Amino acid sequence: MSAVVDDSHIHEHHGPAKGLGRWLFTTNHKDIGSMYLWFSFSMFLLGGTMAMVIRAELFQPGLQLVDPNFFNQMTTMHGLIMIFGAVMPAFVGLANWMLPMMIGAPDMALPRMNNWSFWILPFAFMLLLSTLFMEGGAPNFGWTSYAPLSTTYGPPSTIFFILSVHMMGVSSIMGAINVIATVLNMRAPGMTLMKMPMFAWAWLITAFLLIAVMPVLAGAITMLLMDIRFGTSFFNAAGGGDPVMYQHIFWFFGHPEVYIMILPAFGIVSHVIPTFARKKLFGYTSMVYAIGSIAFLSFLVWAHHMFTVGMPLAGELFFMYATMLIAVPTGVKVFNWITTMFRGALTFETPMLFACAFVILFSIGGFSGLMLAIAPADFQYHDSYFVVAHFHYVLVPGAVFSIFAAVYYWLPKWTGHMYDEALGKTHFWLSFIGVNLTFFPMHFVGLAGMPRRIPDYALQFADFNQVASIGAFLFGASQFLFLILLIKCVRAGRRASAQVWEGAEGLEWTVPSPAPYHTFTTPPKVV
Amino acid sequence: MKEETQVRHGRLVKRLLLMTAAMFGFGFALVPLYDVFCDITGINGKIPGPRQASSQVLDESREVRVQFITQNNENMSWEFYPLVKEIKVHPGQSVKVEFLARNPAAHAMTGQAVPSVAPSRGADYFHKTECFCFTQQVLEPGEEIRMPVIFVVDTALPKDIRTLTLSYTLFDISKATTIKTKG
Repeated sequence: MSAVVDDSHIHEHHGPAKGLGRWLFTTNHKDIGSMYLWFSFSMFLLGGTMAMVIRAELFQPGLQLVDPNFFNQMTTMHGLIMIFGAVMPAFVGLANWMLPMMIGAPDMALPRMNNWSFWILPFAFMLLLSTLFMEGGAPNFGWTSYAPLSTTYGPPSTIFFILSVHMMGVSSIMGAINVIATVLNMRAPGMTLMKMPMFAWAWLITAFLLIAVMPVLAGAITMLLMDIRFGTSFFNAAGGGDPVMYQHIFWFFGHPEVYIMILPAFGIVSHVIPTFARKKLFGYTSMVYAIGSIAFLSFLVWAHHMFTVGMPLAGELFFMYATMLIAVPTGVKVFNWITTMFRGALTFETPMLFACAFVILFSIGGFSGLMLAIAPADFQYHDSYFVVAHFHYVLVPGAVFSIFAAVYYWLPKWTGHMYDEALGKTHFWLSFIGVNLTFFPMHFVGLAGMPRRIPDYALQFADFNQVASIGAFLFGASQFLFLILLIKCVRAGRRASAQVWEGAEGLEWTVPSPAPYHTFTTPPKVV
Repeated sequence: MKEETQVRHGRLVKRLLLMTAAMFGFGFALVPLYDVFCDITGINGKIPGPRQASSQVLDESREVRVQFITQNNENMSWEFYPLVKEIKVHPGQSVKVEFLARNPAAHAMTGQAVPSVAPSRGADYFHKTECFCFTQQVLEPGEEIRMPVIFVVDTALPKDIRTLTLSYTLFDISKATTIKTKG
């Protein structure tokens, strides 16, 4: 890896403010991006600890470590924290750091709202985590919060959980508004939409998805609150309501939500692979249309999470066909990434390792998704570990690996230092082995009949569960390597140039490393 | 920031906030829309109201199995079961079956039964000409009652449906109604 050595020293006439106030009151997209990223990493470690509790209990059959109610709290909170605390804020943090620089803008469109979007999150999560210490414990009904389990049978902390998710929703919606305004209004002259970097396209579309569906989640959990507190019967059959209706409303949000968690990953990979293949992304136009199609189709498939509720045949068929259809634009993207690599001049630095692993392992997750899409087959798979295997494949070696790729890719730009490549590669290989050891066996126990969300299981599932737990411990421990690498890189490291990576293209690589506090105060001209 | 850019943010942000509010409203609109969708498509197993027994020609060439199941909602404490679990009928034939309900509680209660027919495709062809499900049933403590259902299976029932299941869920609506005790 040789990087173009070219650097001009820029003297800052005024830097950021000093002390705690800098972080509380900052409107700078780089500062806010860093806060989002550190927040998301700490939530990742916290949610990961809960996963360790889960896997420790499931290491052997029998109930050894925790009581079932606490186990259910762990599975619920693990899901909520990973989705709303780790993956989503990480992507927002990356958007904050990179979008303005990528499009030649001085900052996000609404910098003060940007600050508020971030600072809501620590409070929302303090509220959510405090439910663990409330009487009755934390929410224990799964992150999907189906009624009436959550309404009639939920612990007293449920209403705090609802408030906390409302806060997260407000943060996400404001962030999305900011992204759209930035991308639509602040591109440098000459940067038409079809000249935009793929990460910008991915986030533009993700932001529209967020604005469309986070309010629906807000409606759903408000209805839960009203059923719990205000005597309504949205989901209570005795009062004329319908529990299945909760599932429809929730999954109308829930399905686009999972695409919200993967589209930015697609954007990232579309940056990393061309860089380390030293070759332009294949099929830019089709990549843009593919993201758009995936986003559009994501609104039409929600009931594939509900194939077993007793829908009529016409409904099952429609949702089955629509779900299978999404594989087409997704396949276009996978083929385009592979074609980009074909006959490229490839080197496999850490970002490229994570990006390649993403393509392969996300596709495996997609295959299990296709199996789940087959409605009659899903009657066997539904609520089994096969589903757990599927979504962990698309989310962990999918979304999380893309976030790792992005961090390794852009760390030198953020810090001005090259990270420790040996440590990075070690982190990658341990994570890769850990992730596959953890989640691949889950396909088998799921197909063999092991249900999900259970603290104990039948004896025939023991061996694969033990393998999965060992893999989980390995994966969890490896993340501390990453933490060490991050701290090392922030503090010191070989000086990075502006270009950093030989094959990197884009406006962000024209500014020095570390990027100055203010960049593109005058817009660049884009040809 | 240039003023022109600020103005452009304002309009877009207003539109996006409007879209947010609209989607929040849409989430709540899904509640009545859910019923509308079920009504239009008829895919909810609900039976289209009481009907006069039409003079249907008895179709003796065909036998349809009709099964009866019951369940109590949530905390409903009544004993509630069909006196026959299943019966074979001819389409066009008017049939009467009975259900038993008993209130074991120490106070008077009001119950209401809500029916459902499976498969939902067959619901349109199952006509209940007399049914206790249309009335709120008051039972004194310990009182037991037999409740009749008279039904006709329509001769137009699709040929591939050979079994129909009539399910009743019994709800306790004592709180929602003022109980008039008898005598």
